[in-house]
Amino acid sequence: MGYRWDFSAILQFSTWLNAIKITLLYSIGTVAGGMIVGGICGVGLLSHRRWVTAPVYAYVELFRCTPLLVQIVWFYYALPIILDYSLPAWLASALGLTLYQGAFCAEIFRGGVVSIDKGQWQAARALGMTYGQLMWHIILPQATRRMVPPFVNQGVLQLKNTSLLYVVAVPDLMYTSSLIVGATYRPLEVYTFVALLYFLLLYPATVFSKRLEQRFDR
Amino acid sequence: MIRTVDLCKRYGDLEALCGVSLSVAEGDVFVVIGPSGCGKSTLLRCIHLLEEPTSGTIQVGKDTITFGLGHPMPSGRALARYRANIGMVFQQFNLFPHKTALENVMVGPAVVKKMRDEEARELARELLAKVGLSDKENVYPANLSGGQAQRVAIARALAMKPEVMLFDEVTSALDPELVGEVLEVLKRLAKEGTTMIVVTHEMAFARDVADHVCFMEAGLIVEQGNATEVLLRPQNPRAQAFLSRFHGAGNET
Repeated sequence: MGYRWDFSAILQFSTWLNAIKITLLYSIGTVAGGMIVGGICGVGLLSHRRWVTAPVYAYVELFRCTPLLVQIVWFYYALPIILDYSLPAWLASALGLTLYQGAFCAEIFRGGVVSIDKGQWQAARALGMTYGQLMWHIILPQATRRMVPPFVNQGVLQLKNTSLLYVVAVPDLMYTSSLIVGATYRPLEVYTFVALLYFLLLYPATVFSKRLEQRFDR
Repeated sequence: MIRTVDLCKRYGDLEALCGVSLSVAEGDVFVVIGPSGCGKSTLLRCIHLLEEPTSGTIQVGKDTITFGLGHPMPSGRALARYRANIGMVFQQFNLFPHKTALENVMVGPAVVKKMRDEEARELARELLAKVGLSDKENVYPANLSGGQAQRVAIARALAMKPEVMLFDEVTSALDPELVGEVLEVLKRLAKEGTTMIVVTHEMAFARDVADHVCFMEAGLIVEQGNATEVLLRPQNPRAQAFLSRFHGAGNET
């Protein structure tokens, strides 16, 4: 092949460590934020009142049907023009990531609840439970077990989504690697190494996800 | 005790109930029979307000509710209170799978009536003993047979101490061998003076236990009377056709 491999480009331990920290921070933060937003919106989607469901549907469809990259860029470049206020890179990207995650989590939540057999609703109502009581005691305990695998799956996807932070120069793994490539002209070694790092971060998560699925599959 | 006057339920163009009027005195067992699609289940669900009747009146104990234009259905707390006063047992049991048998029976009084846990547990124990399932207290519904699950469902409905019990084809989903144990419980409840409306295909049970029987067809009661009149000497030709198998197969006990 004639290519001389030179892995010295990647030997910057502290740089990679910081990058991993940033990636994990954004992943965990936006997954948590997204699940909270998604939980609230999921409840909203289950309402019978159109004035509640219509705006929530609008939000969910908007963020599911546009690319995350476009969302991050829009929050960073376009929103400040409307607000006449410049958003820092970390906030614009965190906002984009959280709202993106929230839209998917809302659908996972709604799907989980709706998948519970209608007979459960009837039996709970027949006992005289109010909507709140039957959701808390009967439906949600069953529905959350069903939601766990898709939630974990979505979390794994979100960690990969954080790679889009590079577009607003947040120093996560992807941005850091592009900087190193720019300095060392070693894209093969650097990008191969970063792919390996993502894999090492994510593989335990997928193993954990499978274990959780087995546990809930009683 | 429980009366309906001209109860109607329409789903779009389909008239599921076309003016059903019945009256059940306290302590009576009222059996509803009829072919599939005649509206028996719809009738029970309307009485329980699991569906909103299109028009008519329902009276249960002291509550009288009128339906139709200009009469909004009760909602929220009032609706929950009304439903708590009527027990319902479903064909598909609908036990709560994430709770044990004891917890299933307890959950009504504990959550709806805000009973203390120990009291609710005691009540649940008594009721499970009454249906013959004391040894299954800590078993989950997935590990119960159909007959056992249905008996837990009956105990669960009884826990709310309702004025009326509604039974919607409660043995139709069971193996023939398991039907007997559930019917035994129903017979015992009837003997104790529980007011019951039972939708069933078990004609022998109806003949033995019912005070009144009505035959429904296409959303209307077409024949009504006491058990021997309706089951053994039906006047309506449709009822005669429906019951001919019962008569023909020899109504052995």
